[in-house]
Amino acid sequence: MRKYWHVIGIGVQNNLTYRFNFLARTLFGFIPLTAILLLWRNIYAGKGDGGLVVTFTLAQMTSYYLLVTIVDALTAVNEDDWQIANDIKDGNISQFLLKPVDYLWFRFCLYLAGRGTYLTVAFIPLVLVTIYLRDYFVLPADAATFGLFIISVLMTAMLQFFVSYTMAMLAFWVMEVSTFIFILYAFEYIASGHMFPLEILPPVVREALYFTPFPYQLYVPVGIYLGKITGAALIKGMIAQAGWVVAAYFMARFAWFRGIKKYAAAGG
Amino acid sequence: MSLKPEVQSPKPSDAPRTTPFIARLQRYGIIYAALWKNSVTRETMFKGNFLLWIVVEMFWFALQLGFISALYLHTEQIGSWTKWQVVLLVGASHFIQQLFQAFFLINCANLSELVRSGKMDFLMMLPVNTRFVVSIRQVDLGGFVNACSAMAVMIYAGRELHLTLTLPMALGFLALCFIGICIHYCLMFSLAAVSFWTVKAQGIVYGYYNLFNIARMPDDAFPRGVFKTVFTFALPVLLVSNVPARLLTDRLTSSSCFLLVGMAIACALLSEWVWRMSLKRYTSASS
Repeated sequence: MRKYWHVIGIGVQNNLTYRFNFLARTLFGFIPLTAILLLWRNIYAGKGDGGLVVTFTLAQMTSYYLLVTIVDALTAVNEDDWQIANDIKDGNISQFLLKPVDYLWFRFCLYLAGRGTYLTVAFIPLVLVTIYLRDYFVLPADAATFGLFIISVLMTAMLQFFVSYTMAMLAFWVMEVSTFIFILYAFEYIASGHMFPLEILPPVVREALYFTPFPYQLYVPVGIYLGKITGAALIKGMIAQAGWVVAAYFMARFAWFRGIKKYAAAGG
Repeated sequence: MSLKPEVQSPKPSDAPRTTPFIARLQRYGIIYAALWKNSVTRETMFKGNFLLWIVVEMFWFALQLGFISALYLHTEQIGSWTKWQVVLLVGASHFIQQLFQAFFLINCANLSELVRSGKMDFLMMLPVNTRFVVSIRQVDLGGFVNACSAMAVMIYAGRELHLTLTLPMALGFLALCFIGICIHYCLMFSLAAVSFWTVKAQGIVYGYYNLFNIARMPDDAFPRGVFKTVFTFALPVLLVSNVPARLLTDRLTSSSCFLLVGMAIACALLSEWVWRMSLKRYTSASS
């Protein structure tokens, strides 16, 4: 275990070098957030007082986007997938075949370190924005809901990482993985609820989406927090999320296992 | 006795009567043509990848349109914009963004790498304007294909709106798009030039993508306030696609048109100033 703590430490140091980058990213990220919140406010204004969009009040809609930003800051892969793909392409993974370090957990530690540093940089701006929007920020119904939200966020983080890791494994077979990653990301962007709450979509589409891993990559924890997913749906949702985490883990392992057989150790 | 000096500065031999300005234009034209040829060669080397990037852009464009249709399931209007007007706006924004991408994006994004690795040295030594060669070294041909898909969406939206397109309107639209592209370029180039200070400026380049997000939003969805003021007068991305889209839907005021032109000039001057300041900061690396 000790060696992995070491990896986290190195990851944090590496990431701190780019703290300005992180800050720029966070601050720029608030621009579309503000735009979308203003857009929704405009739509709600046309509906009069107490207007609803599906089941969302304006405050809930505002909180939704804030929570999406927070969960995204906590769980989104940053450059991990590019780095893994490059490691494979450049033959850097050869050393992991010899060392008693598991590459998957090694990368997972770096991912955690990246998220940790990102959050430290993003924390102050995020808190300031939340305070600024406090009238529109709803709190979870009770402590239990908040607890479940945290558990779900952790599972989201694992799912995000394992999916990205699996995608990066494509580098064993193709030269350029970025196109594939961007196509998947496009799906994820809309189907995970990044653009708007999934309630906005027609019911048929929404039901279909629950058969994919995408809602579990972002929407589920946010829905739990806002009390949109309760009772039986909550239990079902969390079990499904756990299922996808396990499935993604095995996919990642399997892809690595197959990839290694094809691996030519270029440049190594 | 002839007053003419014996020794003349070297001139292109076959252009005895052209003014220096025209000669310069010709020379830059030839250089640019060579750069184009290079880019075409580069793209044909990775055909599959070239096609896949077009697919990626199409997906993201479809995503934007999906977002608009989902929003309009729950509202009739955003500000004064109806659904198909916004589709037209998103199309116009994509058109401008893709053309910008075709000519400038990679080059702006690569600037920080040039500074970091010290490759700027070679570009500065070339007997051409450094900003010229840094800005348009590579052409991204996929951008033109994607601009066509944006055009198709605009035509479809125009038909839904029963618009009739006249020649002056089309020319005006293209002129406004051209100005819009210039604004995007000047803003992003200025941001990329920050890499002379911070060395790694990819976060900034990524950040500029967020500004494209705003460019496709209907302008009057935003109330008068800090946000609208900043993105109209400081980083005028709210004007870039809204003004051309308003021209097509016949809702353009001359004041916003002048504002766009004025802001374009301001951005151009600003970017040149930032560029000159940044060049002074350049210290070569690794040579």
